[in-house]
Amino acid sequence: MIVADKKPVEEIIGYVKDHEKILVLGCNECVTVCEAGGKKEVGILASSLRMYFANQGRDIVVDERTLERQCDHEYLEEIRDIADQYDAIISIACGVGIQFTAEKYHSIPVYPGVNTCFLGVTEQRGLWTERCQACGNCILAYTGGICPVSRCAKRIMNGPCGGSSKGSCEINKDLDCAWQLIIDRLKAINRIDLYEKMFDIKDWSTDRAGGPRKVVREDVQI
Amino acid sequence: MRLTYPTSIRIVRVPCTGKVDVAHLLRAIEKGADGVYVVGCKEGECHYKKGNFRARKRVEQAKKVLSSIGGDEGRVEMFNLSSSDAPLFVKYAEEMDARIRTLGPNPLKKKNSRAA
Repeated sequence: MIVADKKPVEEIIGYVKDHEKILVLGCNECVTVCEAGGKKEVGILASSLRMYFANQGRDIVVDERTLERQCDHEYLEEIRDIADQYDAIISIACGVGIQFTAEKYHSIPVYPGVNTCFLGVTEQRGLWTERCQACGNCILAYTGGICPVSRCAKRIMNGPCGGSSKGSCEINKDLDCAWQLIIDRLKAINRIDLYEKMFDIKDWSTDRAGGPRKVVREDVQI
Repeated sequence: MRLTYPTSIRIVRVPCTGKVDVAHLLRAIEKGADGVYVVGCKEGECHYKKGNFRARKRVEQAKKVLSSIGGDEGRVEMFNLSSSDAPLFVKYAEEMDARIRTLGPNPLKKKNSRAA
């Protein structure tokens, strides 16, 4: 899931204070699960903005809408009929949704209502942690299903660094050493032989180093 | 006991205070309520274990939102009491009534004609 965190309402007010008709646009997918940009958060943000502007004596329209997704044409098309009524959209989807909304509604300013953080999991309610950096070349088969790219602070590929201490990372004692986790897991699945495998220098061209990426699947194209 | 409490208070029943959300509290203020307070069971005595703790967190969130938009966080409050403690219910009602009268009417009351 893409994990995002709410922006302070003061920052959002700063973006939209000069607009008269505002649509707060949520997303029913990842940001709903991480409680940053779903229908409930749309309601809270829109209510906060309405109260703020009313207190300022300004008659600003702040409407609410939550789409199934903001990263697909068909769902974003659902606001085609009403989008022109607004002179600003606050998207509280992830950065992907915010950008796709801006692309599709070219003449309407689209502002972010969340900070998009990482690809992660819900460890417990209110605690989300990173698991994947979308490097484009997955090596989890060799590392016991634990990713040194996303979970090691140094992103190193061949065992722990000298900063690993009692299973913790040197940047923070509360952070597990990814390579300690990998070794423990390889032992548990009886594949410690994989730890002997030396990784070649990782090809980072599939990561951001190669510029913006795309996946082309001609077999599923219509 | 036939105790009386301020007539300015309107009671909205919920199955558990854990059902109350930030959006409910904010919407009440947005629609012109002068104040809104949640009365939950005593801490540690929730039938659903954590309902009243959740309510308290949401009240705190609503207070934060109100203060961040220039509103008055004192208009939202959380109280805990035993369901059989009527005198304490009256005490909290009077306390909240007095607080709201000090704060004055909700400034949004006149301005919220557009509120959803």
